[in-house]
Amino acid sequence: MEYINILIKGIFIENMIFAYFLGMCSYLAVSKTVKTANGLGLAVIFVLCITIPLNYLLENYVLKEGALSWLSPDYASIDLSFLSFIMFIGVIASIVQLVEMVVERFAPALYGALGIFLPLIAVNCSILGGALFMQQRQYNDALEATSFALGSGIGWWLAIVAIAAIREKIRYSNVPAPLRGLGITFIITGLMGIAFMSFMGIDF
Amino acid sequence: MAIDKNSNVFTFAFAGIMVTVVGAILAFLFISLKPLQVANDEDKKKMDIMGAIGFESGTEAGQVNRGNSGELFDKYVVERVSIDYNGNVVKTATGTIVSGDKTDPFNIDVQKEYRSKIKKVVKKNKRDPENLAVEMAAVETAYPLYVCEKDGQKLYVIPVSGTGLWGPIWGYVALKDDFRTISGAKFDHEGETPGLGAEIKESVFQDKFVGKTLNTGSEPLFEIVKGGTPNVKDYQVDGITGGTITSKGVGEMVDRTLKIYERYFKTL
Amino acid sequence: MSTETQALQEVKKESLFSKKNKKLVTDPLSDNNPITIQVLGICSALAITVQIQQALMMSLSVIFVLIGANVIVSMMRKIIPDRIRIIVQLIVVASLVIIVNEFLKAYAPDISERLSVFVGLIITNCIIMGRLEAFALGNKPGPAMMDAIGNGMGYAWILLVVAVVREIFGSGYINLEGLGLTKIQIFPQAFYEMGYMNNNLMILPPMALVVVGIIIWIQRSRNKALIEDH
Repeated sequence: MEYINILIKGIFIENMIFAYFLGMCSYLAVSKTVKTANGLGLAVIFVLCITIPLNYLLENYVLKEGALSWLSPDYASIDLSFLSFIMFIGVIASIVQLVEMVVERFAPALYGALGIFLPLIAVNCSILGGALFMQQRQYNDALEATSFALGSGIGWWLAIVAIAAIREKIRYSNVPAPLRGLGITFIITGLMGIAFMSFMGIDF
Repeated sequence: MAIDKNSNVFTFAFAGIMVTVVGAILAFLFISLKPLQVANDEDKKKMDIMGAIGFESGTEAGQVNRGNSGELFDKYVVERVSIDYNGNVVKTATGTIVSGDKTDPFNIDVQKEYRSKIKKVVKKNKRDPENLAVEMAAVETAYPLYVCEKDGQKLYVIPVSGTGLWGPIWGYVALKDDFRTISGAKFDHEGETPGLGAEIKESVFQDKFVGKTLNTGSEPLFEIVKGGTPNVKDYQVDGITGGTITSKGVGEMVDRTLKIYERYFKTL
Repeated sequence: MSTETQALQEVKKESLFSKKNKKLVTDPLSDNNPITIQVLGICSALAITVQIQQALMMSLSVIFVLIGANVIVSMMRKIIPDRIRIIVQLIVVASLVIIVNEFLKAYAPDISERLSVFVGLIITNCIIMGRLEAFALGNKPGPAMMDAIGNGMGYAWILLVVAVVREIFGSGYINLEGLGLTKIQIFPQAFYEMGYMNNNLMILPPMALVVVGIIIWIQRSRNKALIEDH
């Protein structure tokens, strides 16, 4: 039950885009057509679901104060949390590279769909943001962290696909020339954000 | 000298040197800045405790700030006590605080304890107060209390910790020596909505707590009601309009925590 | 390390304030602004623009990290192996961010508290990675520094404008207490007595997007060359 709660929260209430603006750069750059937006969205879900559980384990068995005590009780006072930024981003960057190679080798069809987006993802704020939120919110076990990852991934995908669909249609509208493209996308995202705020405070 | 920067050997060597250098710099920085950071955290805590007792500007102590919080803390806090869930004293301490001493009530990290142990229990038993009491009793933690003496009157400062809309909220509530009247409160938050939930940090909200008395006989001990409710009772405080969930979180943490300390106060 | 000294010597030949270098600073302020034109670094730009003081601190941190990373990567550009390029850049940026974070925690704890996770997110601020990839890897440290200053300032002014609009209309005052200054009331009390109300919507996250959208609108109506087809 708790897992579903976290999942739903990640998708609607604490939506990466509408509530925290994470991953806006690629959100704005790759949302011109639904097809590419879909590809990037799926890639984000994929990478989030791999990196967040990994970072969760890293955080809880290496970095946190006292996390190393499973090696020896003497290490209970070691606090490596100052390294967490660098470790998280290191894990993310290397996993993205690894995933790219593995997917290319074993699943060429998937690579065709996601491949070009993977390098973009290492610097997508939503991935590191996800890891930092995971650290801040202190989930109880790796499964909870995974459902948080899945939830925020789906939320991100939903947001980018929705804006891409709107942008495809808006091409036929009479938008004031200086607002075309970027400007109107910002404003629409703002309006969508306001709409998503109505989910705020829902708790199961 | 030409180096093939893309050869495997060079790549590995580069990565190795880079990691060592970066690691060394960061570790050095961390170790040298750590004492300052710990001192900052302690000052902040003392500042919040002093803030809950309340110093109006213009008085002898003036406004509490980072600079004078340590001095004020030493002057006004006469005893530090930690109790267990049933209200039994675990440890009392006076005098100087040793930063590494985990048994000192001052060094109990209430927020951390809440996050790692109490939060899940509270969440699970949201609609089942009886089971909540049972499970809370089983949580292994200690609850700190600061006994202060100001203008000849004893004040009891209680740290509270809970959850708002977006994340953790916490604070300190000071009770007068009748153990029922709130003499001051101070709250803080991590990331509540600015202008709405975040207002719990402002004195406009905190001042509403002053002079409130805890409920006797019936549930709840203390409550936050929806902003603008008519006939606010003595044990109730008006919530923030538009910040309902954060306000409710404040009410929940104050009510839940004060119940624990009430058992201790009865033994006094 | 001979390459590094070589690179430094090369810089000396060209004055740091030549016309070309000046352009590196001024361009990102308007026609090539990182936020409104290059669409980089928006994530953090929006989340911390509720108050001017936060925006100011964030801008300073980003400028520091941007300059540091640009100069360091530019100095190492000839020895960074291509295959681990991205990771090396990320590590340089992440270390600088940790340094900023630890210093803030030690010397400016109140400020550090206000910025919370967003300091960490400077690492993935696309402006920094974008400038490293696009400029620092191919240029000498001098111009790289100029480029960093320009882009940092371009980022900062948008942040500040958004923050000013949001704080004035959302809260009705400018709070500079975190910087050791006072709170300045913008609208006189008489306004409120006449029925003026602060616009709470301005404080909420989505309005940041709308304000940036409007800045883009103004900027592009003044410079028609920037208008997109769609």
